[in-house]
Amino acid sequence: MGGYVLKRVLVTIPTLIGISIVVFFMVRLLPGDIVDVLLGGDQLATEETKQQAREQLGLTGSYPEQYWRWISKLVQGDFGFSYRNTQPVSEILFNALPITLELVILGLLIAVLIALPLGVLSAVKRDSRHDYAARVGGLIGISIPSFWLATLLLLFTSRVFGWVPPLNYTPIYQDPVDNLSQFILPAIAISVFTLAIVMRMVRATMLEVLGQDYVRTARAKGVKRKVVISRHALRNALIPVVTVVGFEVGILMGGSAIVEIIFGLPGVGNTLINAIFNRDYPVVQAATMMLAFVFIFANLIVDLLYGVLDPRISQE
Amino acid sequence: MSQRDFEAPVLAPEGPTELGANQWGYVSASRAGRFAKWKNPIGIAGAIIVGFNVFVALFGKYLWTLDPDELVGTRLQYPSWAHPMGTDELGRDTLARILHGSQVSLQVGLISVSIALVLGLSIGLTSGFFGGKVDGLLMRVVDLMFALPGLVLAIVIAGMLGPTRRNAMIAIGIIIAPAFARVVRGAVLEVMGFPFVESARALGSSHARIMARHVIPNIAAPVIVLVTVYLSTAILSEAALSFLGLGTQPPEASWGGMLSSARSYIEINPWLSIFPGLAIMFVVLGFNFLGDGLRDILDPRLGPHVGGISEKK
Repeated sequence: MGGYVLKRVLVTIPTLIGISIVVFFMVRLLPGDIVDVLLGGDQLATEETKQQAREQLGLTGSYPEQYWRWISKLVQGDFGFSYRNTQPVSEILFNALPITLELVILGLLIAVLIALPLGVLSAVKRDSRHDYAARVGGLIGISIPSFWLATLLLLFTSRVFGWVPPLNYTPIYQDPVDNLSQFILPAIAISVFTLAIVMRMVRATMLEVLGQDYVRTARAKGVKRKVVISRHALRNALIPVVTVVGFEVGILMGGSAIVEIIFGLPGVGNTLINAIFNRDYPVVQAATMMLAFVFIFANLIVDLLYGVLDPRISQE
Repeated sequence: MSQRDFEAPVLAPEGPTELGANQWGYVSASRAGRFAKWKNPIGIAGAIIVGFNVFVALFGKYLWTLDPDELVGTRLQYPSWAHPMGTDELGRDTLARILHGSQVSLQVGLISVSIALVLGLSIGLTSGFFGGKVDGLLMRVVDLMFALPGLVLAIVIAGMLGPTRRNAMIAIGIIIAPAFARVVRGAVLEVMGFPFVESARALGSSHARIMARHVIPNIAAPVIVLVTVYLSTAILSEAALSFLGLGTQPPEASWGGMLSSARSYIEINPWLSIFPGLAIMFVVLGFNFLGDGLRDILDPRLGPHVGGISEKK
């Protein structure tokens, strides 16, 4: 098991390096000169100002040099300074990170807690009315744009209950109730897609597992139906489901970027999108890296869980 | 797939077991026949919705002749006979704008999925066909793409290239391509293992001939399913990008853009926030239904979770 954990952790390193190269070039392969764009067609900008701006952005020297300078600072937690308000990027992002994490975790919890029982029920009562409803409901779930759902939820609560979530962000340790009442609607909005996917996945794998010999054997030797479903079948059905959850973290992060804007939550996605519009490249780079890092980390945890759920994998 | 179809009845137990069907239990020898016999209501519903949407995108402007960009009446009207979906914040007819939006979404879907298809097919075919080092390298690149959250990547690419619809389509094509590459590679590897490829090789067929005559026709089924399902992803992503202001730019009508500008008027006229979202959901649902149905018919090997929706990013 120890070897498996170590191997999994080490595998993420080349991925992170690869991602950092992608992010690095994404900003540099822009059409046109970044500095010209940044100075906004300022005709008075002298060559000297431009050179200064280049140095400030770390755009001098060859690409390998630039990359090395950027990455070695990044590893030390130095993300540079925002081009707009000269705040350290690390400060901006570390304030934003907890918001995105909370949103993603809440969304994931809602999705999995509802999807598991629905998916199992759907598989056990295959081709029943419930199963059909769940299948169609699942397809509807993956078709609703999360940002539209967010708007509808806002509309619904304000029209029916006359309730609008508080506008200013409160951290959870300051006032949990305020914080949760702020996060619940966006979390529901981003969870629906994941809920539908996980439900479909649980149904599919449960159906497969229920057809296995050991399930029939367990039933034949007199184990109760409920016990067979929960102990023999569900545990094995969960293995592929866990992998989907890893993918889903990525979708939840994309969804949260948009929903953060709708609900005015200053998370990483919100920061990233604002930085894109402001052409604040240090922030764009760092925010993308951070989201990629969280995603890779989530998938690492999934891999490790996988090893726990299916010991065969970690023993290889 | 024909191979499995012949095996299926042998593998299938006598009807479903008590707890649920064996995974082959419902695989009948005539899957295609089920569609014709209306036994695949989800697929049929999908085909109808998609057909309706294509019809509306092509001919809608002749049936409802108001100009989507013209100011036709008072601002922010509720639905009425003159304006079945009301008017927007400038007094433009919402129905006409929704109709225009259907053209936009269809165009975006087709073009970005084509980009993904070309990229994904070339990477996947090369990788699966030649294997070895080429395969290793290409798959590393694909893995890298999977290591970034899809929509986030699309936002960054579209934002960096500059906010236009063309760039949004490029960004969406790029984020979908890895999924195509992976599925195509897997399918190619499977086909390459069949005896008929070996026979072709023994008969002296060239790489190109084997690829064109034997490999491509046999991977068509999963690719068709993939295209259908990812059309929905592309349309959803474009709506999201336009909502953020990174796709189709106002004043041109697009569903995502309409939802975005409707947000400021949600208290005065909530209908503006409802119709474009319904339109997106309806179209995306159509493609998802169709994809689900096609998967049942075209490729019983692809279970409900292989290579399809669950791998969507």
